[in-house]
Amino acid sequence: MAKSSVSTTNACKLCRPLGACLAFRGIEGSMVLLHGSQGCSTYMRRYISGHFREPVDIASSALSETQAVYGGAANLKQGIRNVVAKYAPAVLGVATTCLTETIGDNIGMIIAELLEEEPELREIEIIPVSTPSYSGSHMDGFRDSCIAILERLAVPREKTGAINLFPGFISAADIRHLKEIMEDFKTPGIILPDISQTLDGVIDGGYRRIPPGGTSMPAIARTARSACSIEFNVVSPASQSAAALLESRHDIPGERLPIPIGIRNCDLFFQTLAKVTLQPVPARYKEERGRLLDAMVDAHKYLFGKKAVVYGDADFVLALTSFLIDVGVSPVVCATGDGNREFISRISQTAAVAGIQPLILKDTDFDEISERARETGSELLIGSSKGNHIARRLGIPLLRVGYPIHDRIGGQRLLHIGYRGTMNLLDQLTNMLIAREQDELGYGYSYM
Amino acid sequence: MAEPGKQLQKLCDLKDKIVESYPAKVGKNRAKHIQVKGCVETPVIDANAKTLPGIITTRGCAFAGAKGVVLGPIKDAVNLVHGPVGCSYYSWLTRRNLARPAEGGKSFLQYCCTTDMQEGDIVFGGEKKLMQAIREVHDILAPEAIIVSATCPVGLIGDDIASVSRQAEEELGVKVFSANCEGYKGVSQSVGHHIACNALMEHVVGTEELEDPTPFDINIFGEYNIGGDLWSIVPMLEQIGYRIVSTYTGDASVHDLARAPQAKLNILMCHRSINYATRMFNDRYGLPWLKVNYVGLEETARSLREMARFFGDEELMEKTEAVIAEEMERITPEIESYRQRLEGKKIMLFVGGSRAHHFQLLSEELGMTVVMAGYEFAHRDDYEGRQVLAGMKKSGISKVVQDIHYELQPGFKPPLSETELEEKNRDLGGHLLDYEGMIPQMKSGAMIVDDLNHHETEIVIRELEPDVFCSGIKDKYVVEKMGVPSRQLHSYDYSGPYTGFDGALTFARDIDMAVSTPTIKFITPPWKNTEADCDA
Repeated sequence: MAKSSVSTTNACKLCRPLGACLAFRGIEGSMVLLHGSQGCSTYMRRYISGHFREPVDIASSALSETQAVYGGAANLKQGIRNVVAKYAPAVLGVATTCLTETIGDNIGMIIAELLEEEPELREIEIIPVSTPSYSGSHMDGFRDSCIAILERLAVPREKTGAINLFPGFISAADIRHLKEIMEDFKTPGIILPDISQTLDGVIDGGYRRIPPGGTSMPAIARTARSACSIEFNVVSPASQSAAALLESRHDIPGERLPIPIGIRNCDLFFQTLAKVTLQPVPARYKEERGRLLDAMVDAHKYLFGKKAVVYGDADFVLALTSFLIDVGVSPVVCATGDGNREFISRISQTAAVAGIQPLILKDTDFDEISERARETGSELLIGSSKGNHIARRLGIPLLRVGYPIHDRIGGQRLLHIGYRGTMNLLDQLTNMLIAREQDELGYGYSYM
Repeated sequence: MAEPGKQLQKLCDLKDKIVESYPAKVGKNRAKHIQVKGCVETPVIDANAKTLPGIITTRGCAFAGAKGVVLGPIKDAVNLVHGPVGCSYYSWLTRRNLARPAEGGKSFLQYCCTTDMQEGDIVFGGEKKLMQAIREVHDILAPEAIIVSATCPVGLIGDDIASVSRQAEEELGVKVFSANCEGYKGVSQSVGHHIACNALMEHVVGTEELEDPTPFDINIFGEYNIGGDLWSIVPMLEQIGYRIVSTYTGDASVHDLARAPQAKLNILMCHRSINYATRMFNDRYGLPWLKVNYVGLEETARSLREMARFFGDEELMEKTEAVIAEEMERITPEIESYRQRLEGKKIMLFVGGSRAHHFQLLSEELGMTVVMAGYEFAHRDDYEGRQVLAGMKKSGISKVVQDIHYELQPGFKPPLSETELEEKNRDLGGHLLDYEGMIPQMKSGAMIVDDLNHHETEIVIRELEPDVFCSGIKDKYVVEKMGVPSRQLHSYDYSGPYTGFDGALTFARDIDMAVSTPTIKFITPPWKNTEADCDA
C-alpha cells in the first residue's frame, strides 16, 4: 500500500547523496565531494555526525547562482583540486545532488577533462556516482556507490578462496562481528563497505584527517577473484546488487540473503557460510544459537502476540520482521520510506510462517505510519529515533535500532546481526516491555 | 611566561603561517579573512565572500537561512518545503528553536512537510503537486499560515511558488506565502535570512491590529528561543514592566508577528539574521531598534538599563535597577565558584553570525581569555560595526534578493517624531539603530577568523592550545579527537538556556564540565605507544 497524500509529512527516508557519503566512508583513505550547493554537504555532515558522533568531512563544489545557470564544471574541478591538496585521499567519491542533476552537469566528463589537464591526479581514484535526490532514497545512493566502486576497482586474476561480504548499511558493531565470524570460519573475507573503524573511531591523542580503517583498495581489487559473494540485499533489483555485478562480470557466484537478524535469517547465513567456506559452523556459533534459543524460550511469555510496528530501510525492516515473527511478536505494520514489490512479497512470505498478514507500507511517511499504528492498536515500535514522537503520542515504547539514532549514544555500536546480535535485540526488546509493565503495576514488585 | 609583546608577535606570525600553508592564490584570499587584534589597531576584515570549493567549510545554504533560521520557528505556521526529501528532513527539528503552543493554540514544529519532488516533477514541473500538497496541509493540520520554501531545483525548473501560494490563499482563505530561498543563492545561510525577512514584511507584518497597546510594548528581534533562551528573559522583562508584543521568531505565533508594528521599541539580539527586518520596520513604521545582548551578567544589566533609558520612565528605571540588584546578588556568589575554576582558561568561539560576539564578555566575566573568535556567515558590519556599510561595495547579492526600502506607511503614526528619536539617540550615546560589531570590544591578542575552515581549525588549536573550543557539531568531534574539549554553541550541546542571569550560570557550569572532566586525562595508556601516526 502506498500513502494516499501527495505530500510527505515526516519523511521515512533520507536522500540519495547521503547514502553515497556513507558507502564511501567504508573505503580506506577515501573522501567524498558533493557536487552541488554547499548546504547539502553541511546538512549531511550534521546528520551523519549526529548518529555516529564522529567527525565526518564531506567537501562541496559550493555552486552558486552563476554556476546554476552556466554549469558547475569549474567549481567541481577546483573543489577536487582543493580536497586532494589537503587530504591526499586514495579514493575520492564524487556524488551529484539534485541541483547538478537538474542542470545536467556530466561529472564523468568533467572529471575526465580534469585528468587531462592535470595528469598527476590520475594517482587518485576519482569515482563519480549519480545520486539525484529526487529519486529513491539514501539506500539507492549507498548501493549505487558500491556498484561504482566495484566497477572501477575490482580486477580479476587467479582465483583466491576468499569470500566477498556486501553487508549493506549496518552498524559498525555489526561489521566488527562479521570480521570475527570470518576469522572463526578460517576464511579470508572482504567486507565492502567497512565502516567499523571509520565511523566508530577512537581517542588516542592523535588526530587523523582521514580516519584509519575501511576496505583497502587492494582488497577491493581482489573481490573479482573471490570464491563467492554474499550480499545482505534481497529487495533491490539486480542493477543495484554488488553480488549480481560480480557474477555477471567475473563469474563469481553470488548469494543474496536477508540481513542475518532473527534465528531463521542467521541459520540461513551460517549455513551459507558453511557451504561456501567448506568449514563446519564453528562451535562458538552453535553455542550462541543454543543460547539464543534458550533466551527466546525465556522471553516468550513477555512477547507473544504483542503488536509491533517496524519501520526503516527496506532490507532492515524485512530482517526485523523475520526476527519478530521468530520470537512470537506480531508485526502489524511493516513500513519503509522506499521499498518495492519485492519488499511487499518478502514481508508477506516471512510473516506467513506464523499466519500473520501485516499491513505493509512502502513509499510511506511517519504521518501515515502513525495513523496505522494507532488504527492497528500497536503496543510497541521498532526503528530509528524518528519514531519517538509516535511513541509519545500513543504512549507506547520505542526500541531504537538502525539509523538515525540521535537521542541516545552508541547508535553505531548497536549489535543487530548474528545470533549474538539477535540475542541483544531480544534482551533489549523484552526488558523494554517488562520495564513498561513494571512501571504500570504500581506496587513496586521486583519479580517479573 | 612570554611577555605580552612576544605573545602578540606570535599571533601575528601565526596569521602568516596560516596564509603560507595554502597555495598562493588561496592564501592571498584567506589573508583578508584573518586578523589579529593588536597587530593592527583597527582590523578590517573581508567577510561574506564566496566559499572556496573543496575547502571544508561549516557554512550552509540560503534554504537553511530562510526556512531553518527565520521561518522555521514560527510555531503555528506549517513550513512546506517544495523540493526533494533531503532539505526538509535535514532541517526537521535539527535546530533547537523551542516552542510551546499558547493556550488553545497550535504548534507544528515537530512536523516535516515536503512535496518530496520526484523525477516526474522535475521534468514536467511541480506546481500542481505543490497546490495539492498545500491543500492537504490545510485539510489535515489546519495551520494559521502555510509557508512554502524553495529548494535548489525549484528556481531551475521555473516553478512559480509565489503564484501557487497566492492561488492557494485565495482558495483556502488562510495565509499562504513563499520564500524563494533556493540553496544555490548567495554564499551561505545569509542571503536566506534576507529573503525570509522580505517575505515576512510583504505578507505578514502589519496585516493585523494590536488591540490593546501599552506604553511599554516591545518586539524582540533575532531571538529564536534556542534551548529556551527567550523563556529565560521574558519573566525578567515582564517583571520590569515591558509587554512583549512579538518575538521574531522564537516561540512565535504568526498573529503576533502581524501585530508587531504598533510596538514602541524593537530590541535586537542577532544582528546578522534579522537586521534587514528591523531596518525595514524603522523605514515603514518609524519604529526604532536597539541592539541588546542578554548573554552575560553585565551585558544583561547594560541592555536592561539602555532599554529603560530609552523609555525614560522613572518607574521603569527603578524596577530595572531593582531586578538587576536582586539578580546580581543571587547569582554572583554562584558564578564565583565557577570563575575560580575557569580563571585563565583559553576559549575559542566560532559560531554563526552573532554568538562569537555575544559570548565574549560572559567568557571574560568567568575569567577566561578569548583567543580566537569568528563567524561562519557574518558580513563586515558584524565584525567592524555598521559604519562600514556605507563604504562597502555591493556584492552580487542584489541578483538574488531585493534590498527593499520602504517609505513610511501612509496613515501610520510612528511612536516617536524624528526630533524625539534624535534626542533619545543622543541620550543613549548614539546606540539606537546601530551596532558596533564584534571587534571593538575584543582585547589585544585575539585572533579573528572569518569562515574558519577545517584546515585552519587544526592549526589554531595546535598553535594556540585552547582549553575549550566552542563551535558546532561538525567541528566538535574533530576537536575532541585532538584531545581538546568542545562545546556546541549553536545547539548549546542540548543544554541551555544561556541568556539572562540564570543562563550565565548554566553556561559557566557547561564550560566547567568540559574543561574539568577527568576523561581527557586517560588518553595515554600505561603501556605507552611510542608511535603516534597523526597529521596534527
